[in-house]
Amino acid sequence: MFDVDVWQEIFSTIKKNKLRTFLTGFSVAWGIFMLMILLGSGNGLQNGVKEQFAENSVNIMWMWTGDTSIPYQGLKEGRTIKFNNADYNFLKEKDEDLELVSSRYYLPGNIMYTYKNEYGSFETSSCHPALKEMEKVKLTSGRFINDLDLNESRKVIVLAENVRKALFKEEDAIGKYVKLNTVPFKVIGVSFDAKRRDGRTSYIPVSTAQRIFNGADRVHTFAITTKMVNTAEEADSITAKVRQGMAQRHKFDPKDKRAMGSFNMLAEYIRTMKIFQAIKIFVWIIGIGTLIAGIVGVSNIMLILVKERTREIGIRKALGASPASVITLVLLESILITTIAGYIGLLVGVGIMEGINYGLEQMLAAGGGERIFFRNPTVDFTTAITSMVILVVSGALAGYLPARKAANVKPIEALRDEN
Amino acid sequence: MIQISNLHKSYAMGSNSLHVLKGLNLEIEEGEFVSIMGSSGSGKSTLLNILGILDDYDRGTYYLGGKLIQGLNETKAAMTRNEMIGFIFQSFNLISFKNAMENVALPLYYQKVSRKKRNQIALEYLDRLGLKEWAGHLPSELSGGQKQRVAIARALISKPQIILADEPTGALDSATSFEVMDILKDINNQGKTVIIVTHEHDIAAMTKKIIRLKDGVIEEVIKNGDLQLFKERILTE
Ligand SMILES: Nc1ncnc2c1ncn2[C@@H]1O[C@H](COP(=O)(O)OP(=O)(O)OP(=O)(O)O)[C@@H](O)[C@H]1O
Ligand SMILES: [Mg+2]
Repeated sequence: MFDVDVWQEIFSTIKKNKLRTFLTGFSVAWGIFMLMILLGSGNGLQNGVKEQFAENSVNIMWMWTGDTSIPYQGLKEGRTIKFNNADYNFLKEKDEDLELVSSRYYLPGNIMYTYKNEYGSFETSSCHPALKEMEKVKLTSGRFINDLDLNESRKVIVLAENVRKALFKEEDAIGKYVKLNTVPFKVIGVSFDAKRRDGRTSYIPVSTAQRIFNGADRVHTFAITTKMVNTAEEADSITAKVRQGMAQRHKFDPKDKRAMGSFNMLAEYIRTMKIFQAIKIFVWIIGIGTLIAGIVGVSNIMLILVKERTREIGIRKALGASPASVITLVLLESILITTIAGYIGLLVGVGIMEGINYGLEQMLAAGGGERIFFRNPTVDFTTAITSMVILVVSGALAGYLPARKAANVKPIEALRDEN
Repeated sequence: MIQISNLHKSYAMGSNSLHVLKGLNLEIEEGEFVSIMGSSGSGKSTLLNILGILDDYDRGTYYLGGKLIQGLNETKAAMTRNEMIGFIFQSFNLISFKNAMENVALPLYYQKVSRKKRNQIALEYLDRLGLKEWAGHLPSELSGGQKQRVAIARALISKPQIILADEPTGALDSATSFEVMDILKDINNQGKTVIIVTHEHDIAAMTKKIIRLKDGVIEEVIKNGDLQLFKERILTE
């Protein structure tokens, strides 16, 4: 098999039958090309959607309250449910399914930001230090709110980059004071995230927000991260358990979506990824199907070749070719054609996907295309290797029948003068 | 060299079978130059194919060089053909996409001789047959006589003890036929056993022994000394 002469013999056959070889290889190249394009596109879509999820921790969950819509234990519907700091402590201490917790108090009305002569109205978010990790807040300078800020209800603020720009222009904002309405806050950090739509949010400690803006212990929403689970069902049951706990504390029906709303990202994430798993399997099936069509094509052409070459094979056998050497000749030719053609299809397919990827990256770098649900539409190394193995195996499969047929050619039958 | 006794061969033709060789006995010594004659369909090619281990037989025995040739598997048969027998066919049977040199070198490929070496040997043989300048040409670019000389070179290159030729001059004009026969005569003079099938009397007359087949057995063997007689008989016929 690794005899140079065998290969020379095969190459000289191929070289003298170029068109035939090309036609044979094309179907295989096409099959693997399609597989790569499909797999790459599938990956691109998946990565695009993953990217959307990646704006937050995948295991984040938000909760908010409203008015009850179902009567509960003699209590009428239409009661307003309100979270408070005790709920924070409950979530933090009692529920072992939860990891991080951050509460938010909505500041009343429009808050006017003032620095020297510059002013404007901007959105403010109040939170616990944990929010940085949960919502992946990125800082360009300074630091985020810490436990000390929270415990001492310090008047500190993490400014959104565009707010900083509006108020401070070219000036460095860290350590300076901005007024929120009439209250001065010390700037401790600047946050910026190019991918984030709500880049306009600035952050202050929730305790400070409650104290300064008359919130007492009122909490409007919670952001929590749940423990990581692998199935949507487990994620859903964590949601149900959290709801159960809150329902008990505030006396509403756990099924009452109006009384307390919640969104568990992890459950959605797992469901979405499951869809992609299905898409991937589907793509493989289609791809393999296309490839099988290619293999059948190669096998067919090789069969015709063997028939065409019956006389040649007969001559070879008369001159001393053993059945094994004839099998080797046909099989290796088939494997060689499939592998090389397949490799070309692979390269072209991967090349095109890389090209699209390059274009996407350029577009993203230029600041556009952030709404495109398509990222890194490439095929990984393992998949490429798997495909190559499939190719070699399919080459052998494609060559097997024709090779056996060739080996069975009887020299006398082949050499008989038909004319 | 060749001992055949009570050789039977029949071909299956649907439900019935065609009995071609019916208990044929034949002995050919080393270095003989034999022609096999007989009417069309008398089994000449069948006999030659069995001699060349291209086909098997039903009954009897066939010894080649002292070895019983019977029920060999394909691999063994191929090896024996490669080592002991050189074939020359009526229709040349050159491989169309290989040039003259590569065609001649092919038997050595199956003896695992390196490419460089076998091509060099092939060139020597082509030179001997006066075809050196044609080494790089494809069979389609050669005349019938040239093709047959390439085929002879190919038959000789593996240094077989026996050359089997089925109507080697069948596709050639008479002048070229005589050239080819001269070459075969030379080969025979160098000690090789040469067996040809022909139905041309003047070709047969150039060999040293004529075997006439009829009804699946040998009807007549005409030896060297009787050849003159044979010629005269043909002329009067
Ligand atoms: N493979 C085969 N299957 C069936 N019949 C066959 C086969 N090969 C030969 N025959 C028959 O066997 C008989 C002998 O054939 P063979 O080829 O040996 O004749 P031949 O003496 O060489 O004739 P020719 O001078 O025409 O070449 C013929 O009747 C032929 O039809
Ligand atoms: Mg014949």
